Amino acid sequence: MRFLLTDEQAAFGRSLEAMLSAADTPSAVRAWAAGNAVPGNALRARLGTVGVFALAVPEEYGGVGVLPVELAVAYVELGRYAVPGPVVETVAAAALLARLAEHGEAGPAKRLLPALASGGASATLTLPGGGPYALDADAAAYVLVVHGDELRLAPGTGALRASSDPARRLSRPAPGGELLASGPAVREAAGHAADWAAFATAAQSLGTGLALLERTVAYARQRTQFGTVIGGFQAVKHRLADTLVGLEFARPLLFGAALSMTTADIAAAKLTAGEAAYAAARTALQVHGAVGYTEELDLSLWLRKARPLRDAWGTPSECRRKVLAGS
Amino acid sequence: MDLRHTPQEDAFRAEARAWLAANVPERPLPSLETEEGFAAHRAWEARLHADRWSVVAWPREYGGRGVDLFTWLVFEEEYFAAGAPGRVSQNGVSLLAPTLFDHATDEQRARVLPSMASGEVIWAQAWSEPEAGSDLASLRSRAVRTDGGWLLSGHKTWSSRAAFADRAFGIFRTDPGAAKPHHGLTYLMFDLRARGVTVRPIGRLDGKPAFAELFLDDVFVPDEDVIGEPGQGWRIAMSTTGNERGLTLRSPGRFVAASQRLVRDWRASADPSDTALGDRVADAVVGARAYQLFTYANASRFAAGASIGAESSLNKVFWSDYDIALHETALDLLGADGELADGEWAEGHVFSLAGPIYAGTNEIQRDIIAERLLGLPKGRRR
Repeated sequence: MRFLLTDEQAAFGRSLEAMLSAADTPSAVRAWAAGNAVPGNALRARLGTVGVFALAVPEEYGGVGVLPVELAVAYVELGRYAVPGPVVETVAAAALLARLAEHGEAGPAKRLLPALASGGASATLTLPGGGPYALDADAAAYVLVVHGDELRLAPGTGALRASSDPARRLSRPAPGGELLASGPAVREAAGHAADWAAFATAAQSLGTGLALLERTVAYARQRTQFGTVIGGFQAVKHRLADTLVGLEFARPLLFGAALSMTTADIAAAKLTAGEAAYAAARTALQVHGAVGYTEELDLSLWLRKARPLRDAWGTPSECRRKVLAGS
Repeated sequence: MDLRHTPQEDAFRAEARAWLAANVPERPLPSLETEEGFAAHRAWEARLHADRWSVVAWPREYGGRGVDLFTWLVFEEEYFAAGAPGRVSQNGVSLLAPTLFDHATDEQRARVLPSMASGEVIWAQAWSEPEAGSDLASLRSRAVRTDGGWLLSGHKTWSSRAAFADRAFGIFRTDPGAAKPHHGLTYLMFDLRARGVTVRPIGRLDGKPAFAELFLDDVFVPDEDVIGEPGQGWRIAMSTTGNERGLTLRSPGRFVAASQRLVRDWRASADPSDTALGDRVADAVVGARAYQLFTYANASRFAAGASIGAESSLNKVFWSDYDIALHETALDLLGADGELADGEWAEGHVFSLAGPIYAGTNEIQRDIIAERLLGLPKGRRR
């Protein structure tokens, strides 16, 4: 028993933090929202060079092996810096293709996985039991659709719809397209991929919540009213304290899920991290006051992400059903 | 990261489980907050002690097994999973004993710990006073120097277990002229049956005398019952309250077992169309798992040589709020029977309601979290 990150894992997180904090991610997010994917794709490529997208990919397909703990470490940082794009969907697609290969359907893995693992390309996808929308299909190199027992490469993105988070675009992929694989293995691999999507979203949510709390604490320490900083008022302090409690009890569930990768453990982590990050968003908005209600403040980039992440790849109700089914 | 237990821990778990299966009373004991129940729970402590299960984490010389924190957590998981009785010795074992291990003399440890381990002496805490609750440092009870010891006088209250306990521990003002309120305090132990002690039991919400107030009128305490240096009582007591809030007061095994019991009851009796209730049962399962894993992470930090300071306040806020939510869900599951005073979850519910108040109110904990973990300004404005 040693339920702590190793020195190497912690150092990996710090190196990503250093890279991302120097990368001006808010500008990349705003560009992404405006339809300019260039800075976001450059960011993805840089993350690819340090192996972020290789963490769910076996070595034979250009990955580093399946390392959920490292993936959680990385995706917490992606959430903290609001990295735009279908980062969760790319890792879920990788998990889907790797699983299919384990079932003997290695063709799609050989064809698509190396580019996904390197960060050279991104993917988005829809899965049975998940929502009907693919995220950022216009920016993804591959749009995968699992319907029943069939995995297809969608022939088009479908009509794009705005999300409540301007840095997310949603669409129902065009029907049909090239059949990549079919049969019961597809269905099983899709369930596996949905777990990975929920897991990566949980990590991204936790990072989102941590960023919201960090920014709000910093604001409460410098914003002065009634001749004193508002962070000295108990009403403010206690709300921020509760936010930290919520996030710090989501963290062990995330890493517990990384060790077991069971559907129930992932659902528990997803539920708790999603709710904690959304609660952090509510606190952040309230403590910032009117300025927090503006899109020009960078806080909005995290504020508007917390709710979609809470519901993507497993709403709280769906997560609770999975928890009960597994206990 | 590794959540696996060692083969030694697994063997320990099997041994504990077998012993508990053979020894846990078939019917629950009467409430330990009654005279009859207190005696029954004291007898249970003796039974645990006879086979070295009462204080497994203590060194062997004091009646323990010298096991590490992870093995203790395993014991607690098995203990609560077996439905074993509440621990009437809790105050002594989880509050006083850690203080003795850190601050007492060998002579004091040898004198106090064995009878605590066996349940022969049950300890009560004597922290709060009528005018010193959350603001504990403002306490007024005094200890005045006399030949060979000290004379205690004053008024302590909310003293858990004191209605039936044998001895108590607390802090007393020994230097009224000290510059700051938390200076000039001394940590000492005293006999609840000594001359000059009057114990007035207080009924808690359900009427059971779970705590008491203590009137102290020149109660003699020999020097040998002072822990640490006179005047250092605040620092010594704070190391105890850290234990109380942190790792050792509420072991995760308690909540894991309770949440499993809740799931069992829910499966057996709930209306499946009541998905709102199902959601709350799921939250109970998730919360217990979160608390268990959080504790494993803290225990891992301990094992790696770190100490747990203000982080223990995160723990305390979480488990105390969680415990209430769990019991409320259980009562809702019972429907009309949830009102019955002798229901399966009734006493646990009453007990849970005290959680956000004792061991430092949750308001104090949130101040600590905000100031020491988030770096917000000190003080309690508006």
